[in-house]
Amino acid sequence: MSAASSTRPKAKGKVPKPPKAVIIAIAVVFFYALPLLHLPIISTPDSDFAGVLFTMAIYVIVALGLNVVVGYAGLLDLGYVGFYAVGAYTVAMLTSAHGSLPFLVVLPIAVVVAMISGVILGAPTLRVRGDYLAIVTLGFGEIIRLAATNSDWLGGARGVSKIPAPPSIPPNKADGTVTDPLFEIPHIKWDGIIPSIDDETKTRFLKFGVLDAAPYYWMALTVVLVVLIADVLIKNSRVGRAWEATREDEDAAEIMGVPTFRYKLLAFAMGAFVGGLAGALFATRQSFVNPQSFALLLSILFVAAVVVGGQGNRWGVIIGASLVVYLPERFREFADFRVLFFGLALMLLAIFRPEGILPAGRTRRAKAVEEELIAVEEGSDTDGAEAEVKPSA
Amino acid sequence: MPELIKDTPSEAPAPTPGAPILEVDNVTLKFGGVTALDGVSFDIKQGEILGLIGPNGAGKTTCFNVMTGVYKPTSGEARFLGSSLAGRKRFEITRLGIARTFQNIRLFRTMTALENVMVGVDAHSTTGVLRALFRTPRQRKEQAYAEKRAHELLELVGIEHRAHEFAASLPYGDQRRLEIARALATEPKLLCLDEPAAGFNPAEKVKLLELIRKVRDSGYTVLVIEHDMRLVMGVTDRIVVLEFGRKIAEGTPAEIRDNPAVIAAYLGVEDDDDAA
Amino acid sequence: MQFFFDHFFELTITGLALGSIYALVALGYTMVYGVLQLINFAHSEVFMYGTFSVVWVFYLFGAGADQSTGSLIGLLVASMIVAMVVSGGVALLLERVAYRPLLKKNSPKLVALISAIGASFALAEAMGLRDRIAGFLGLEGTLTKYVAGARDNRSLPTTITPDPLFKIGDYNVTTVDLLVIVMALLMMFALDRFVRRSRLGRGMRAVAQDPSSAALMGVNSTRVYQVTFLLGGLMAGVAATLYMIRIGTTRFDAGFILGVKAFTAAVLGGIGNLRGALVGGLVLGVAENWGSAIIGTEWKDVVAFVLLVVILLFRPTGLLGESLGKARA
Repeated sequence: MSAASSTRPKAKGKVPKPPKAVIIAIAVVFFYALPLLHLPIISTPDSDFAGVLFTMAIYVIVALGLNVVVGYAGLLDLGYVGFYAVGAYTVAMLTSAHGSLPFLVVLPIAVVVAMISGVILGAPTLRVRGDYLAIVTLGFGEIIRLAATNSDWLGGARGVSKIPAPPSIPPNKADGTVTDPLFEIPHIKWDGIIPSIDDETKTRFLKFGVLDAAPYYWMALTVVLVVLIADVLIKNSRVGRAWEATREDEDAAEIMGVPTFRYKLLAFAMGAFVGGLAGALFATRQSFVNPQSFALLLSILFVAAVVVGGQGNRWGVIIGASLVVYLPERFREFADFRVLFFGLALMLLAIFRPEGILPAGRTRRAKAVEEELIAVEEGSDTDGAEAEVKPSA
Repeated sequence: MPELIKDTPSEAPAPTPGAPILEVDNVTLKFGGVTALDGVSFDIKQGEILGLIGPNGAGKTTCFNVMTGVYKPTSGEARFLGSSLAGRKRFEITRLGIARTFQNIRLFRTMTALENVMVGVDAHSTTGVLRALFRTPRQRKEQAYAEKRAHELLELVGIEHRAHEFAASLPYGDQRRLEIARALATEPKLLCLDEPAAGFNPAEKVKLLELIRKVRDSGYTVLVIEHDMRLVMGVTDRIVVLEFGRKIAEGTPAEIRDNPAVIAAYLGVEDDDDAA
Repeated sequence: MQFFFDHFFELTITGLALGSIYALVALGYTMVYGVLQLINFAHSEVFMYGTFSVVWVFYLFGAGADQSTGSLIGLLVASMIVAMVVSGGVALLLERVAYRPLLKKNSPKLVALISAIGASFALAEAMGLRDRIAGFLGLEGTLTKYVAGARDNRSLPTTITPDPLFKIGDYNVTTVDLLVIVMALLMMFALDRFVRRSRLGRGMRAVAQDPSSAALMGVNSTRVYQVTFLLGGLMAGVAATLYMIRIGTTRFDAGFILGVKAFTAAVLGGIGNLRGALVGGLVLGVAENWGSAIIGTEWKDVVAFVLLVVILLFRPTGLLGESLGKARA
């Protein structure tokens, strides 16, 4: 990749490599340190900030996965919570309800099960038109939740509890005695704007307990980074191009040799994979799952996170997901009005900034041109109607 | 279907000049009670430029869709390099070696010109998710090849300087050229152009003629559907004329020009029924 | 299974009644989709506001637990009119606030869907927070009856006792069953006539088929959109009244599941097709009842969605096909 692009003189205006790497490194360190810093204003006063950060990270994972489906492949999935639930329930089943496998063994099983459920749902439904896909997926999300509610084997309405935490390092003793951590990291406390080291609050490195959510956040953040890198690699390959071509013009893509159905199914399966991953992490942190955790509204929240941030732009999507979690937690004093404000915000955003907070770069640039062209094209759109008719056979 | 990537792609696929590469064999196509094509037969020979013409509604586009596998004929068949096209998926037909452009431009609007062409090159790529994830040497080789090839093709159609512009922002004429480059990128043995000159002024048409000849000279076989007689006469080696779903004439441009049935069809004379 | 055969007629008739309500709400989805190709996600709230209007009209007239048949009919007529006005008003508001700015900008569908989802949340929550909102306005005291327990179920103060009318099989068809089904059919017939015969109806069909040509022919598309939303709202108001007669209880989030069902009904029948909404609603209502009798009530919603998936797979455009534009005059 680098060989090809460096021979091209076109790639001007790029930040030279070392500073870029440094910026990324600083950003990564900052995000890992966030739960320890207790930053004034930013931190949520009414709820455990590390816990909020964990939820944000989970939503970011979900949004990145859903972005593949909605943003890249252009498939509107309103039942994404279904895959999230499949991931969480697989963990619950195999670690607590019907088995006692360790979390790390179950995690890959959970994502594979989620991915398979994505293929099973996608194979018949991806052939139907886009708008119908929305309602079929909505139905799927609801079926998963109802199945969990109504099936005793899946824990019924009460759900499943005692889902084990991820293994601590060094491992705790078999009888449950907590061993000493490798080391402890002190937090920062603030006196006005003056920070100092808080010797009393410490996070036990890589010890997954109930009280301190920071280790869970680090685990989730690590997953975010892995998913993000995978996202970049796939998007900048043939696969990403095929998705984009399919989204732009399915017939033309097919005729240019893109097996569009396969690529749509692939997007669906990958989205399910990531959704299941997020669900599995959620289950192990929460230590219990019940059907109420996977209400249909959550699916809509996920789609909102993607669209609010700017579908197709991974950074925008990350911001969108973070805001969807962060704002309600930060402004807990208005807790009752959260959903009302959220609804109004969605509406205003759609009206005044429809491309999202951070629109995909190309969308931004292409938009101006496109608006000009719309008028010119409207006349010629119908000419090809004959060629578009699908053969009956 | 894995296909080896050539570092120096030969621009002349399957060199047996004169052998038919696509045969339309007695094709009849009915939609309900309407006969859109009625026993049409002709073939396209390796290395030629064939024109398919006819007045509006003569069945050119329908015929084209049979040739590219979009429609399945009611009887008869279209064969490409000896094998039937009926029932094949469209992307498979592309991989077999038929590429087309669209009468109404259908580019991937939010992708750059280069990326549009790369989608075409990808038709023969074997990269999947796993290889993309691990950036295997093979994936990198394919990616580099796709970029290089795409630049070459943009160069060939003369819009290399616009490689990094969005397809939607290209001027109309360049969009048509980009469509040709994208179709060529799938390494077709047969390139089908559906009214490539639609909306062009005479000066642009001349340039297009040059481009089509250049493409042919690079070793591609070309099928042109057009109703602009001047353009067709100027560029094709042979012409097939359709009217009301039937073939009424076939021959060199000179022969077609003097064919009374064709003249009748174009001038709308009534008694052309027994001319075929 | 035995239960299913024993109660076959009851399940079918009550299913038809339930289905009629789905169908009336489905009309709102189907018309907006037919004309605008948008899923009007907030239509469920239009319906929900209608149900509350009915409850409030009963409060307003101080209805007690028992009402004579005459006064009950009067109350129901009054509340249906109010429900239609309120639902129609909410639908118009929705068009004005959540859709028109986007339609003007030619925004992508997904954005309009997000706007509708936002509007849906906001409307539902405004209802769920009506005690707090009344508190801000200092009206809590005066409006206690209407705003107390904003997040709890609200029921009609009057018990509507269905009287048995005649027997079909071994099931006594009641006044309520009959009223719901006949009323729904009447409204749909009227709407169908309107869309087929009136000038505005022609405008709707024209915009549905080809917005730009319709505009060229002098159809005022904004007016058409307004009428589309208004009609959907009116139908939802009727549906809300029938729903309250039959179910008797509502809640600030009662619209959601019913909305999803109604949309399913619309897709089932062929979205954009008015008669399809009727067929889809009835099929869905009956199938749900049968399905829950056979495999258990808790699977009722699953039956609905599985039915939808199966039908879409074998008939991708729904039972009757999609065609508001193609509805023959």
